[in-house]
Order: sequence, then C-alpha cells, then structure tokens
Amino acid sequence: MSKTVPVLIASLVGCLMIVAYFSPPLLPARQIAEDWFTIVATIAMLLGGANLCLHHVKKISDQEAGWGFSAVTLLSFFITIAVGILKVGVVPESEQQVKFAWSGPFQQEGSGFWWIYQYLFSPIVSTMFALLAFYVASAAFRAFRAKNVEAILLLVTALIVLVGQTRDREITSMFLPPPAEGVPTFIPIAFVTNFIRETFVTAGQRAIMIGIALGVVATSLRILLGLDRSYLGGDE
Amino acid sequence: MNRETRFWTVMFLCGSLFLAYQSFGTNRGVGQQFVVRVDATTGKIIPPTTDAAAPAVKTVIYEPAAKDDPEAIWSFSRTAGIWIAALLTLCIFSYLYRDNVCYKLAESIIVGVSAGYWIVTNYWEVLIAKVLVKLAPDVARYAFLPDTPADAKADYLYVVPVVLGCMVFCRLIPKISWMGRWPLAFVVGTTAGLKLILFLNADFVRQVRSTVLPLVVFSASASGGSELDLIQSIKNIVIVISVLSCLTYFYFSVEHKGLVGRISRLGIWVLMISFGASFALTVMGRITLLTMRLQFLFDDWLGFVRI
Amino acid sequence: MTSRLLDKLNMLDRRWIFLAMAMAVLAPILLQIGSDETPSPPTIKLFDEIERLPEGSRILMAMDFDPTSAAELYPMALAFTRHCGVRRHKLFFVTIWPTGKPMIESTIKGVIQADFGSGDRPYVYGVDYVNLGYLAGDAVAISQMSSDIRKARPQDARGTNLDQLPIMTGVTSVKDMALIVNASAGFPGGKEWVQYAATPQNIPIAVGCTGVQSTQLFPYYPDQLLGLVTGIRGAIEYETMLAAKYPNPYADRSKRPAFLRGGAQRWAHRLMIGLIVLGNGIHLANRYRRTLHP
Repeated sequence: MSKTVPVLIASLVGCLMIVAYFSPPLLPARQIAEDWFTIVATIAMLLGGANLCLHHVKKISDQEAGWGFSAVTLLSFFITIAVGILKVGVVPESEQQVKFAWSGPFQQEGSGFWWIYQYLFSPIVSTMFALLAFYVASAAFRAFRAKNVEAILLLVTALIVLVGQTRDREITSMFLPPPAEGVPTFIPIAFVTNFIRETFVTAGQRAIMIGIALGVVATSLRILLGLDRSYLGGDE
Repeated sequence: MNRETRFWTVMFLCGSLFLAYQSFGTNRGVGQQFVVRVDATTGKIIPPTTDAAAPAVKTVIYEPAAKDDPEAIWSFSRTAGIWIAALLTLCIFSYLYRDNVCYKLAESIIVGVSAGYWIVTNYWEVLIAKVLVKLAPDVARYAFLPDTPADAKADYLYVVPVVLGCMVFCRLIPKISWMGRWPLAFVVGTTAGLKLILFLNADFVRQVRSTVLPLVVFSASASGGSELDLIQSIKNIVIVISVLSCLTYFYFSVEHKGLVGRISRLGIWVLMISFGASFALTVMGRITLLTMRLQFLFDDWLGFVRI
Repeated sequence: MTSRLLDKLNMLDRRWIFLAMAMAVLAPILLQIGSDETPSPPTIKLFDEIERLPEGSRILMAMDFDPTSAAELYPMALAFTRHCGVRRHKLFFVTIWPTGKPMIESTIKGVIQADFGSGDRPYVYGVDYVNLGYLAGDAVAISQMSSDIRKARPQDARGTNLDQLPIMTGVTSVKDMALIVNASAGFPGGKEWVQYAATPQNIPIAVGCTGVQSTQLFPYYPDQLLGLVTGIRGAIEYETMLAAKYPNPYADRSKRPAFLRGGAQRWAHRLMIGLIVLGNGIHLANRYRRTLHP
C-alpha cells in the first residue's frame, strides 16, 4: 500500500502525458495534470523552506559552532517573507486598484521586496559567481598542464577559442599576404575556432545529448512501468 | 598587533578617509541616488512642493532621476541600498584573501534571502494567482487581483492538488510519512511522461537526423554548374566520424579493445576538444560577470566612470 | 638565478594571480576601452529574421536569467528588444525563472518606456507589448504555454486578465508567435524551449545564451535553432549590427553596454592565455630540471 499507490499515481499520470501527446481529445486532461503539477511542486517545495528553518533552529538551540550565522540566515529569511507577503512599500497602480488592499504588484519598484532583490540578493549572488573568474585564472596557471595527449587537446583548443573569442584573433592574419581588393581578410584563428565549433564541439555535445536522451527515455519507462521505485526512498 | 593586522588597519583607514572625502568633499558624492515622485494612477511627475494646500496624491511611486533634474529629490533608501550592495560586494570579494567573518555574514544573508524570495514569489504567483483565483475568485478579486472576472466561478477540483501538495508535509511525521510519497509520485510521473516523448523527439530523433549528412557536398558554381564544396565535405565527414566515435566510447557493453578501443579513443579526443572549448567559453562568462561587478563598484558606487 | 626564479614561480601565492586578474579587468573599465565584433552567422541569422518579419509580428521574449548571468544576457535582452522595437513588432515578455521577473521589468523600463514610450506612435502596454511575468512549473510551464497560454497564467504580471488586453486577441498559445527569442542562462531555458515548444510545435526559435551554456546548444543549430547568440561576444556582435543598421541612436556608447565590457574581456583573455602558457612553461622547466637532477 505504502508504495503501490504512489507507483500507480506515477504510472497513470505519466501514461496520460504520453497518450495525450498523440491524442488531441485528451489535451484538456493533460492541461489539468500540468496545472496540478505546478501547484503540487510549489507546495512541495515549501518543505524545503521548513527544512531550512528546522536545520538552523537546531543549530541555534544546540549553540553549534557558527550558530550566530544561522541566526542571521533565519532573520533574513523571515524578514524577506514578511516584507514580501505584507507588500511593504507597495502602492496600488491604478484607480481601480486603490480601494483594494494588497492590490499593487509585490515586486513594484521602490517597494521593500524590490529593495531586497536589488540591493541584497542581486549583488551577493552575482559577486559569488564573479569570484569564479579569479579561481579559473588560478586553475589555468596551476592545473592546466599538458601532461598527455588528452590534456594537450583540451589545452590547445582552450587557447585557440580564447584567442578566437576576442578581436585579438585578427593578429593571426598579419602574417598572411594582403587579400585582393574586395576579398575579405582571411583570419586563420577565426576559421579554426569556427571549424572546431561546427564540427568537434557540435559532434561531442551531440553524442552526449543522444546518450542522455536514451538514458532519460529508459529511466522514464522504468518509472512508468513501476520497475524503478528509487524515487520513493527506503521502507518506512 | 602583528604586521598583517597593521597593514589591514592602515588599508581600512585609508579607504574610509577616501570615501569620506569623496562623499563630503566632492560634488559627485558616493552612491548618491535621486528620484522623482510620480502619481501611480496617472503616470505624471509630481513636482516637489512645500505648499500645504497642494492636493494630496494617494498613490505615489518613485522613479530614478538624474541629480541635475529640477524635480529630483534625494532618495535615502536607494542611496543606502547602493552602499549596502557595495559593502556586500566587498564582503564577498574579501574571500579571495581568506575566509573571514564578513564573507560568512554575506553568505548567511543570501541563504535566508534566497529561500525567502522563492517562497514569496511562489506565494503570489502560484498560491494567490492560480489557486486562490480558482478556489475563491471573489476573495481574490476583493483583496489581491481586482481584474479577476466578476462572473468567475469557483473550481473546487483545485482542492485536489492543494491537498496532494500538503501531503508532502506528512514526511515530517514518522507515522504517516509514507503519505508524503504521493505528491512526489505525481511530480515524478508527470515529468517522466513528458520527458520520454520530448527527449526522444528533440534530442534523439532530430539529432540523429542532423548527423545523417552527405559526405561529399556539391554547391552551385559561378558558371551555373555545380562544384565540389571541399570545406563543407570535410566538415560533414568530421561530424559523422566524431559522433560515431563518441557514441562508441559511451557504449560499454563491448570491451574497448582492438578496433573498438581505437575508435573510442578517438571519441575521447573529440570530447576533450569539446571540453576545451567549453572551458574557454566558461572563462568568457565569468570574466563578464566580474566586469559587471567592478563596473558597479567603480561606476554606480564610486562614480569614477561616466559614460 | 633561473632556478631561483623557477622556485619562486612554483611557490607563487595565488593572490598575485587574483590581483593580476582584477587589474586586467579594472583598467579597461576605468579607461573606458570598449571592443567591437565582427558578426558571426548564427547571430546574423537572428538579426535578419527580426528584420525580415513584417511589422507587428508577434515575438515571444522569454527572459530566463537572473543577476548571476545578467552580465552577458541583460545587454543581449536590451539589444533584442531595441531591434524588435525599431521594427515595431508586438512583444510578449515572459520568464520561467522566479528571479527573472525584475529582469523583464528592467528591460521594459530601459528600452520600451525609454526609447519607444513617447513620440508619434508610442508603444502602449496591452496593445504593443505585454508582460506575462513569471510562470511557475519550470519546463512544464513551457509545455502549458505551447498548448494554452491562459492555462499557464490567466493574468499578466500586473494582475490584468489576459482577455482584457487587445494584444492577446487571437493569441491562444505559443504557436501563434512568429518567433521565440530566448535569453537563456541554464535550466530551464533555451534547451527546454527547444524540447518543449519549438521542436514539437515547429515554431522558429533563436536563443541568446551564456558562454557556459552555449556548447550544450550548438547541436541544435541550425536545424532546431534559427539563431544562436553566444555570451558577451554574441551581445557585442548584435550591438554592432544594430549600430550599423540604426546608428541613430544605437551607435551611441551609452546604448551599448556589451561593447563597454568587450575591452575588459579582451585584456582578461590575454591574461588567461599568458597564465596558461606560463603555467605550462613552468611545468616543462620543472620536468627538465628533474631530468637533470633526478
């Protein structure tokens, strides 16, 4: 019972999605299932928020190392939720909306939630990703070594593409005789970069794509046939 | 006080003095933000006035404006925002020197803000805009979405996904945790059904079709006839051989020895070239992001660059 | 002497590399050194398609990115929107990223309202453009849109019922669009638009993507993707074409954010090449030293 019903749910709804793809009369049923999916997935992900709270509350109550940072996390979590749900600083935008409470857009420019996005969320996340520019440079110097054929191929391609991505590629045409009038200048590194992109990169990624597609199809079939139940977790 | 602490104390002092001078000693200031008041219902700018008899505007929004705009007023919240954003940016960059409390503080803030952001967005966009509108359209129209049609009827079928979704919280109660699998099964089943068809179509059939290419290509010549297009022919041959060799490398049911071994080795080389290009393109993306952050610090905050 | 230098380089603190990278990026920013680009065929194809479509064609602008990729994709989004605005196409903005909504609002404010909001024929909300906002459900939202937009979302981002907007007359699904233009930063994004909407429904689609994601999308071009604009280079290419075709006002530097990032890009790439070459030089020198003194 504890696993039979969920396997049946997964099989039925999965088969509905497949059959409806080929049978237009079943399209409304598929649309309902998709709509439900959005709602179920959204509510289910609230569990993530609950788990985050529980994890940090436990750290604070146990006074584990760094519990102060957990307090900061919880504080910023609850402030964000309160500001967003109470629509702090939001004003109605049309005459029709004025008489209604909470009727302006929750992310309106100038509102509290907009401020949090603009001045807390955006700078922190983008700077975190920007840090990778430094680490990539350090890795290029320390770890990007031509040790064998595979590493040489990786390295040489990276060098060619790095040159080919900026106008520095035009330097490579300086060693060639000037082209005839009306004929565009031949830029060797641009040609090679383009060739690599159109052939090796496309082919390599295509093979990966085909492999993944077959993997996804096989896994989906196993789920729909009830052979793969790993997503349900262990016995409880 | 050791040498390192002395160095950083001097650096902080110099930085603070520079910021103080830039803020109060120059006309430009640091991170100064100006706005104009706009009537939200009409979209018209409200000129700053001290006249008490001026008609009160119920719904005022603030739009960014240039400092020299005659109707502009200084914005405390936006100026403070720029300063906080700049200091948080520096907190994150401080990790490059060493892991420290400033970085950890910024990291803790972002974990809470991101989770909160996600919940608020889905609360308004799904729970209110989708669920409440379906279950109680009159409430939605009165309180949140005034444009909900007056003749909209409640659709109680939507109770099912709400109940199903709420069942996920059963996982927190050991006795009935098995019920938490039902919503998971619904999500997994829907995704599996959709992906089975769409991956097969877009990523398998169409990709195989794109690989079946003519190995000798002829193109129209200037004289009106056709001539061998050598470059395109080479490209097509390379694509076909590369895809087949990579697929051979991924095929583990046969031992990679002899001819199969040699072909799969060719496949590895193709993949290495592909990853080399990926590395270079990733570098490109990260550098652009760093450029954007430095532009923010030196343009939006310090005002050194004026385009 | 040489041996001591080699030892020093072997022990080089990585923070010196960090400093070099910061300088390589910062100097061109302060000196305002930009860089133009020669357009490549996948970018030209998208540009030509937007040029070719008759005035008033419906274009879905899917902005699936957030601040972590805005450095590459926001300039692209601005350039695409400017081009569509010049050609007076009808624009339908949408995002399937919860953090993508402010990106749409910023694009609308920076282009539609600033460049096309006034004059003889101003762009009017609900008539010439609409903001459909954020659609929850990741890739499933794309599937919903390709069968019925109103099922995916009955209101626009402002809460207005879609049936009250003149621009939505005759629009039921993504199939009614002449073109999908997607600014994609990852999952869900360009790949999902191809899989869930463009390929099964045969809708023309062009993707502007980050450098990181671009290799995953190369296999779709040109059969399943009409155009592919890659990273900041693609954004510069698009701005270059826009500036060449519509110099007033798009040749102006203030309208070319990607161009201004190109200079820093060039110098940082030079540094990266130098670091790879130097790192390998050290590696070879170490190997040589080991053969001399095993």
